[in-house]
Amino acid sequence: MTCKTDIIGEIGLQFFGKMSSSNFHEIKNVLAIINETAGLLEDFSEKGIPADPERLRSLALKIMKQVQRADGIVKTINRFSHSVDRPTDKVNIADFLTFMVGLSERFAMMRGVALKPQPPDTPLLITTAPFLLENLVWLCLDFAMDAAGSGKTVGMSAEKAENNGVRIRFTNLDGLTGSMINTFPTEREKALTDALRAEIINDIGAKEIILRLPCDISGQP
Amino acid sequence: MSEKVLLVDDEHDFVETLAERMRARGMEVSATTSPIEALKKTETENYDAIILDLMMPEMDGLEALRILKEKNPDLQVILLTGQATVEKGVEAMKLGATDLMEKPADLKALTEKIRKARARKMIIVEKKTEERIKTIIGGKGW
Repeated sequence: MTCKTDIIGEIGLQFFGKMSSSNFHEIKNVLAIINETAGLLEDFSEKGIPADPERLRSLALKIMKQVQRADGIVKTINRFSHSVDRPTDKVNIADFLTFMVGLSERFAMMRGVALKPQPPDTPLLITTAPFLLENLVWLCLDFAMDAAGSGKTVGMSAEKAENNGVRIRFTNLDGLTGSMINTFPTEREKALTDALRAEIINDIGAKEIILRLPCDISGQP
Repeated sequence: MSEKVLLVDDEHDFVETLAERMRARGMEVSATTSPIEALKKTETENYDAIILDLMMPEMDGLEALRILKEKNPDLQVILLTGQATVEKGVEAMKLGATDLMEKPADLKALTEKIRKARARKMIIVEKKTEERIKTIIGGKGW
């Protein structure tokens, strides 16, 4: 096992743990709301409070809203867990961007940052290592959120690049400074970009980070 | 006299429903989704217990706890969180949290913890009053 593999393995585990615990925390919040709402209904029945149909309806809607929220979280975490099933696979970048926003949403919310995905109009398919790509995009997003500045918004768009590759742009980075780009990419991102045959470009003038990905990780055109 | 409680959690539906259930049990409850607003409220109001979430967008619950205890060490803060880890629990206790509960919580158990927190606060207040009286009497030379 090479040293680089160890770095990728280590940061991959950290990433997996971080995303899993955050999403499970969200589920606990959902359960807490359902628990209190069901408890309130129980209080009504125990105290013999006459049931106002409108009130009952609003409480039922509250529970349904939380069930939908939990369903969304479980779908996201399920898809995330399955991204390690195949070392390489075809990835639809438009769908991928939306998925990454769902996965990272709670972290963004905690930092008061809004994530704005702008998926491409045309399908962009690449063959890559899905889990490694998720990890690298998360690290870029993590850095981008720090660089969001006062605008507190990170845009995510994608476009076709040379040799049928893809460029993912992290935009609106109002707080991106020269000293910040000296610290990014770190060894972690470099290990992942090497593994994915990708490249990270910091464009301080355009206030964005660009992640360039090949059409096929195996090097085939 | 009823327990005066401040409920702080960024989940609006959660604080709203829990506050209603606590009020139905005779408690006087203020609720907010903002830890910054909670800090302001504690400057003007005297609460028997503060129920605080750990992870909130405006401010981390542990940071809010640190500020609250720094301003008033007698405050009784119960952490109610979906992300209870041993590390966080130890850190919270070091910062002076009264207790830590995991979400979803049993309201009976939470009510019991609030009552205990109030009793603990009353003992602290009584001790401080006693000490103050002793100091006054001592100063007078009686």
